[in-house]
Amino acid sequence: MTARVPGAAGSPQTLDMMVNMGPQHPATHGVFRMELAIDGERVVGLIPHIGYLHRGSEKLCEHEIYSQIITLFDRLDYVSNFNNELGLVLAVEKLMEIQVPERASYVRMILCELNRIASHLLFVGTFALDAGAMTPSLYTFRDREMIQALFEATSGARMMHNFFRVGGIKEDVADDFVVRVDRLLGELERGIDEVDGMLSFGEVLLARTKGVGVISGPDAIDWGMSGPCLRASNVPYDVRIDEPYCLYDRVEFGVPVGTQGDSWDRYYTRVVEMRESVKIVRQCLAQLQPGPIMAQLRRIARPPKGEVYAHAENPRGDFGVYIVSDGGERPYRLKVRPPSYCNLMPLRDLVVGSYIADAVVILGSLDIVLGEVDR
Amino acid sequence: MTGNGDRHAPPARDQAEAVASSRLTARGQALSKLLPGALSKFRPTVGAEIDEVTCLVGREWVVDVAVLLKSDTALAFDYFRLLTVVDYVETAREFEVVYHLYSLERRHKMALKTRVPESDPWVTSVSGVWRGANWYEREMHDLFGVVFRGHPDLDRLILPDDFEGFPGRKAYPLYEYGEY
Repeated sequence: MTARVPGAAGSPQTLDMMVNMGPQHPATHGVFRMELAIDGERVVGLIPHIGYLHRGSEKLCEHEIYSQIITLFDRLDYVSNFNNELGLVLAVEKLMEIQVPERASYVRMILCELNRIASHLLFVGTFALDAGAMTPSLYTFRDREMIQALFEATSGARMMHNFFRVGGIKEDVADDFVVRVDRLLGELERGIDEVDGMLSFGEVLLARTKGVGVISGPDAIDWGMSGPCLRASNVPYDVRIDEPYCLYDRVEFGVPVGTQGDSWDRYYTRVVEMRESVKIVRQCLAQLQPGPIMAQLRRIARPPKGEVYAHAENPRGDFGVYIVSDGGERPYRLKVRPPSYCNLMPLRDLVVGSYIADAVVILGSLDIVLGEVDR
Repeated sequence: MTGNGDRHAPPARDQAEAVASSRLTARGQALSKLLPGALSKFRPTVGAEIDEVTCLVGREWVVDVAVLLKSDTALAFDYFRLLTVVDYVETAREFEVVYHLYSLERRHKMALKTRVPESDPWVTSVSGVWRGANWYEREMHDLFGVVFRGHPDLDRLILPDDFEGFPGRKAYPLYEYGEY
């Protein structure tokens, strides 16, 4: 990252220029900042800066009872709230050895998979924007809004749901839930096909994303990447398969992987994943039976002494929660493994050597959410 | 102080370290039998938490243990999941550093642990073994003041450059501090 001396080594050279990108930049998806060292249009160095959204969530968690922590988790990855809540309640349930009623598990799976689709739709729209295409975002936001409407009908809130509870879910879903979700799935499938046909194999998108920001499988593993970013590099690691939670062992679905590990693969892995999520939701709807939605528990969860690590497959990857409990109503220590954080780590390796315009595409393809990176 | 200190009696950690094998899956049990032999020269204390093999080693061995855990074909811990520091200053005047590891190849997992005294909190960096540990170590240095020796770039990551104190620690107040 050192500035090169002009005219050294015989050839005419210029000094590298430092360009600051973010934190108020639309293509950084929040408040991410990077210092770019550029030589003409080429990026020769990159220093990432995070922490603009650091709220000390983990420290706050040490001072709240478990049911209050759920609201804090809503605000980590704020476009896949249900998945975050699931990570927390899974950890507490594992610590307390609670058996969750089947109906609650199925409802959780349905909501989480729909949330995955919503999150990926948002990704597809913003990724297209990053690559210079305006129109797809209008389509994906339209479809995502249908999912948010269902979430609002179910939990009462568009985004900060606070719907999952330790031992089950807050309240049973409405009578027309199954019919509504079924209808929604049909519309989503149409929407996904539409945006896929419009965008995925378009010449411009291919030119902008193919071979851009390549990371090999072993490198991606070494950096601790997960989710679609890891699978795009042909590593079929999915928590839903490797360590099934909820009732994922009762549904059948495929895990799409890429071959090149470039930005296009990271994009297309997510597109295919949305279709797999639709399949999962269909199976859950078929298996959903009436029954209790909460385990019999005392009102305030008080896990025994001990520690636990539980994780779940978020839209962004392997979302883990580590809880150290001292037997009290509040965790002694709580630590989150945020998938975006790990996916963002190799950014310098991915970007250096490419053009500035590609830096935007590469960052977009990682699909980070700063609420989760900074916590 | 936070007013929360009394409610928290920190967990007793010197429990009998007998491996409660019923809490582990078959893979976990196999691993907990494998670890004491594989790491014998580092004198590890192998235990078990819910569904998780734990292994406590001295802080001076962490890097050597990490290299072995990654390179040994029977262990093959190639995936770095999480690094945490847990504050036990009130009871034991020390921090516990916890590394959550996973093997994509063998599909087993473990928590490697080490303890560092509050007065001189350092541990050797494993970011040369798993690059995924890089930012975690910077973050924990930021929030807890634990120094990771040998880290290529232990700059501030989460907090502003001129921030004073270590807000992750239990002793750092939750409310009573000046506005930044």
